This record gives sequence, structure tokens and C-alpha cells, in this order.
Amino acid sequence: MNVRSQVSMVFHLDKCIGCHTCSLACKNVWTDRRGAEYMWWNNVETKPGTGYPSRWEDQDRFAGGWEKKNGRIELKSTGKGKIIFNIFHNLHMPSMDDYYEPWTYDFQHLFNAPEGPDQPTARPISMVTGDHIDIESGPNWDDDLGGSPVYAKNDPNLEGLSELERSQLAEIERLVFFYFPRICNHCLNPGCVAACPSGALYKRGEDGIVLVDQKRCRAWRACIAACPYKKVFYNWASGKSEKCILCFPRLETGQAPACFHSCVGRIRYLGVLLYDASKIDEVANLPREQLVDAQREMILDPHDPDVIAAARANGIHDSVIESALKSPVYKFVKQWKLALPPHIEFRTLPMLFYVPPMSPVMAARNGDGDTVNHVSRDFFHDIDDARVPLQFLANLLSAGQTGKVRYALRKQRAVRIYRRAKTVGDVGEEEAAEMLKQADTTAEEAEAIYKLTSLCTFDDRFVIPPMHREEAIEMLDDPHERRTAAGFGFVDQPKRGA
Amino acid sequence: MTDTAQFIDMILFIVLPYVAMATFFLVSIYRYLGRAFTYSSVSSQLLENKQHFWGLVPFHYGILVVLAGHVIAFLFPRELLLFNRVSLRLYILETTALVFGLLALIGLVSLILRRITEPKIRVVTTPMDWVLFVLLFVQVIAGVGIAVFYPWGSSWFAAAMTPYLWSLVKLQPDIQFVSGLSFWVKLHVVNAFVLIGLLPFTRLVHVLVAPNPYLWRRPQVVRWYRKPGGELAESKTGRS
Repeated sequence: MNVRSQVSMVFHLDKCIGCHTCSLACKNVWTDRRGAEYMWWNNVETKPGTGYPSRWEDQDRFAGGWEKKNGRIELKSTGKGKIIFNIFHNLHMPSMDDYYEPWTYDFQHLFNAPEGPDQPTARPISMVTGDHIDIESGPNWDDDLGGSPVYAKNDPNLEGLSELERSQLAEIERLVFFYFPRICNHCLNPGCVAACPSGALYKRGEDGIVLVDQKRCRAWRACIAACPYKKVFYNWASGKSEKCILCFPRLETGQAPACFHSCVGRIRYLGVLLYDASKIDEVANLPREQLVDAQREMILDPHDPDVIAAARANGIHDSVIESALKSPVYKFVKQWKLALPPHIEFRTLPMLFYVPPMSPVMAARNGDGDTVNHVSRDFFHDIDDARVPLQFLANLLSAGQTGKVRYALRKQRAVRIYRRAKTVGDVGEEEAAEMLKQADTTAEEAEAIYKLTSLCTFDDRFVIPPMHREEAIEMLDDPHERRTAAGFGFVDQPKRGA
Repeated sequence: MTDTAQFIDMILFIVLPYVAMATFFLVSIYRYLGRAFTYSSVSSQLLENKQHFWGLVPFHYGILVVLAGHVIAFLFPRELLLFNRVSLRLYILETTALVFGLLALIGLVSLILRRITEPKIRVVTTPMDWVLFVLLFVQVIAGVGIAVFYPWGSSWFAAAMTPYLWSLVKLQPDIQFVSGLSFWVKLHVVNAFVLIGLLPFTRLVHVLVAPNPYLWRRPQVVRWYRKPGGELAESKTGRS
């Protein structure tokens, strides 16, 4: 057992209202710079939809992640043998057209325009060239199903859905969608790190945050293609790759990352997971349908004395182990099995987990519009008949296995009914108890889920481990030496090379 | 030979090479130590993805093969001359060199056109990029011209250029090997030294950091602040 700690995340999709506050918080803190305007380290997608960059989940096009070949996993886009062929031109790298061309508006024209018969307008200007452009797409162009005949229809997760299910998603006046906020997953087997020819990308040993060493990045661009989630971006102005840094300067001072901190729906949870790093290789190589369980298996119980001893032996600080005991992520992922990894079939072992969203009941079944049928003899019929088909959620969150999603949704439903029996009282206690039993949960667990879902305070959601950066090597430097330098990690200016 | 011509030859073939090599080493090292952030190929593939292929790929394959040929002729002149004694081998070698030279030329022209025509690419083009394009263009044109009009270069390079270059290395410069060469060959040689001297000031520095460790390292890179012993360290381990 090789115990390591990882700062991990849970996004509770049932609570996400799609307000994009997280995206803006991140943009204002990190990517409001030249060359980074088009980057959204945090973005919120409408599902079904093609996302950002468009159709990023389509790995036939972008070749992200790992694939099994001759019993071993290999990067789909690059590798030691292929590097000579794709270092000059990366065949799978998205271009700016796959994201969007960032723009602003010519606001000055509103003030400076000469007098004339028409109102002056503020025309859009490209933030790359400074020329007038016609806006063709944006970072959330298909927000709330905008243009869904083009976007939602082409969602790669619709694969394997029946015609009825597909048409159900787009039925007029009964459209259904949910939001899917995304940041870097800080994977255990990251494709970006494995792909970097320079070894510039790395995972921090103590907290598992994946970073790009800006001084070693040489713009070979392999990381951008290799990340199946397309969460490594190329800064065209500085000539370096950049990605979500999980706000490590904030974490190191005990603050939640900007997107977590600002989340209006309080959907985000952050905490430590202890895991067995010696299993990474083995788990990433397992057959597709075993991946979800195997990744859960890798995550270790911080209450187990053997685990604690092994963690200590590996140099994990007691305060971090203590933090792991309180981790909300451990509860959602391992204890309650409510949170699932996105697209684990890409085999990078993402450490950001999603609680699948509840959705209205399929319209075709309750054609009368009456869906307020909380308890029938078949308690959970509306899970399988939900308007967002289980298969769609399973393609997104559990490598296609509907069982995992069904389990999580049934448990959520049981908790709702259990609470309804307690507070509203129009459901009988026995029926609620029976539902809890069928959903593989207990009254205590349901109470805990309810509390962490609905009544969670700041400190419940973000259990940030002490990072002990006061012992880190940079702390030996005199901070005054960096007084005129340009921010984290730079003693010299981050200026583009000629 | 007149005194002036001799003087110019001395400047071009003795002073320039040493100045070029000195700037190459000193500035490259200084830039690596002091301004590591600027070591990048500053790719523009994100901004333009189609012409990029038709420029970058032929240029790089072409120039790398041709450069490798020069290095071999410099390091193993005797073996090369022996190899070329069979004329069929000589023809094959010469044709290969010409083909890859033309490949480099096609790629370079395509890259220059891309820089001119793509508005997004113009934004990330510096004056130094244009200097580099001019020098590279002169170099490749001269090289291809020599291959066409002064054939059997693989043999006469080994006989004339290699002794000259080694005389520079041995710090006993002897320009009698080069002073009699034609204008185009001289241009090619002088321009090469200018390119070497300017290299550390341009984006060409990416050549110096070509990623060979990738071939040997393990897939995953982990950096630690603290190793289990408590000591502060930066290290790399594989998936273990």
C-alpha cells in the first residue's frame, strides 16, 4: 500500500442552477489576460449539448485520454513512438475555432460616432486581432439548449439511446436539460502529464494538484490533445500551456478555490481522499465496466488503523489524515456512493465526482402533466422513466453503466421522500422507511445526506487540509527578492520568447 | 588575391565564426539560466491549424535530414568519401539531399505565406521572426542552389569544408580551403554562421531543448515538497 493524499471534489448536479458565477470568478482571478481570453478553466455546460470546446467528448476527433492496446493502456494521441510524427504538427489539437474567438465591443464608438440619422452601435472586435468580427460561437453558445437542433442533437453521450429517448429530450414545451460545470479533474493517471515531451506537467505529491511548470513548457502542445476533458489550454500570447491550478495559492492559505467559494447553489464540495497509489496502473488497465468500482476501491478508509499507519509511514501529516476523516468527498463518493466520476472510460481516473441530477418524469408516460405522484406501489418508477434517460447520465458519469446512476438517483429520491414524510407528512413513515430500505440506505444515513446536501455550511463543504507550505522550499527564499516579480512562480517576467 | 579580398575572407571565415559561436554559447546559457520562461517554440497552431501542417511538417523533416547530412560529413569525412566511391550510392545520396532540401524550401515558403496572409498569425509575429525568415530563406535557397549547380557536394564538403571547420575547432583557422569556393557556397557558409550567432536571440532556441528525456522517463511525473524522511526535495517518480 502506497498511501497518498489528494484534494478531491464533488459537484452536486442536482443543485446546480447554471448561473456561471463559478466561471466568472475564475475568469476574473486567473484568465483575464492576453492570450488567455478564450480559456475557461471553469465552464458550465448545458447537457445535452456539445460543450466547450465543441464536442470535446468525441475522442475519435480529439484523441484524448488512454486506450487499451495489447492489454496495456496507451495515450490515444501521442506516445514515445509517435512523438516524432506529431511534435511538429499535432493532428488532434483543437484550434481556436473549436473553442471560440474571444471578442469585446467597440464601446468607444458609442461616444465618438459622428452625428447621423442612425443610433451608433458597438460592433464586436476580436480580442486576438483587434479587427471587427462576426461572432459565430462563444464559450456557452448552447446555454439552456440554445440552438439545440445543432448542439444538443450532437451530444456524444446520446450514443446508445433509443429514438424515443432522443425525441423525448427535445419534445417541445417539455424540453429537459441539466447543467454540467467542469474544471480540471486533477486525475490520478493524467493524460496531460504523461504526454508532455518536456516533463513540464506534474502532479504535486502532497495534494495531487496537476500543474504546468511554465518555465519548462516549450509549447509542444501534446498535453492539449492528450487531456480527454480538454482542460489544458494553450496561451497563444505567452507560448505556454495553462490549466486550472485548483487555486492552490488560496488552498495553501486555507481558502476554498474561487469557483468553489463563489458557488451560488452551493453545489461544490472539497476534501481530502487518501488513496492507494500503487494501484493506479492496475486500475487504469481494467475493463471498462469495472472502472467505477475499482476507482472507489482505490480510495482508502481514513478510519482504518492500517491505512493511518501506512499514511504516516509515507509522510502524510497527521493534520491531513484528520482532515480526510472529515472529508465530505469521502462521504459522497465512498460511503454513500452518490458521486460518480465523469467519463472514467477515458482511463485518467478523474478525482472530481458528480452527484447525478434528478429530473422530471418522462412526458410520454404521464401525458396528463400530473407528475406529482410521489409514492406509488413501484416507488422508483420515475427514475427509469425520467426525462433525462438513465443511459445518457450513465454515458456521462459511469462509463455507460446505468446501474451506478440508478443507485445514486434512487438513494437521492429515498432521502427526499424520507424528509417529506418528516416535514410535510403527506407520505407515510412506513412507506418512507420501505423506500430507504429499497434504496440501500438507513434513516441515519439519509439524515446525514440531507444535512450535507441541504444544510451544509461553508465549513461542511470545504474541508481544506493544512498544506504545511510554511515548510516548503520557496519559504526559504526571502520574499523581498520577489517584490517586483510578476506573481506566483516567476522571478523573471512571464514574457513571450522571440 | 588582393589584400582587400583576403581581409574580407578573414573577417567572414575566421572572425565571424568565432563571434557567432561565442554569442551562441554565452547567450543561450544566459537565457536558459536567467530567462527560462522564454525558451519555447511559441507554436501558433492554436490560431491556424491547416496551413500549419503544410508548412511545419515538410520544413522540419526537410531541414532535419539535411542538417543531419552536414553533421555526418563533418564528423565522418573519410567514411563518407569511401561510401561515395560507388557512384550509384553517390547519386542516391545527392538525390535524397536535394529532395529533402526542396521539402524544406516548400515548407519554408508555405510558412512565410502563412505569416503574411493569416491576420491572427500576424499578431504573434515579431520583427525577429522576419529576420529569421529572411536568413532561413537565404540559407535554404543557397543550399538548394548549391545542390543543383555545384553537385557532388557530399564529396567536396568532406574534402573542403570539413578540414576548414576542423581548423576552426582546433583554433588554427585555415581559410585556404574556403577562399577559392564560389559565391553561393560562401554565402551559404557565412549565412550559416550568422544564423548560429543569432539563434539564441530567436525562437530557434527550441532546438536546444528538444525533448529527448521524454523517450526515457516514466509516464507520470510527481513532484514533492517533502520526501518521507522529511527532507525538502523535488523529485520524480513513476506510477508507484
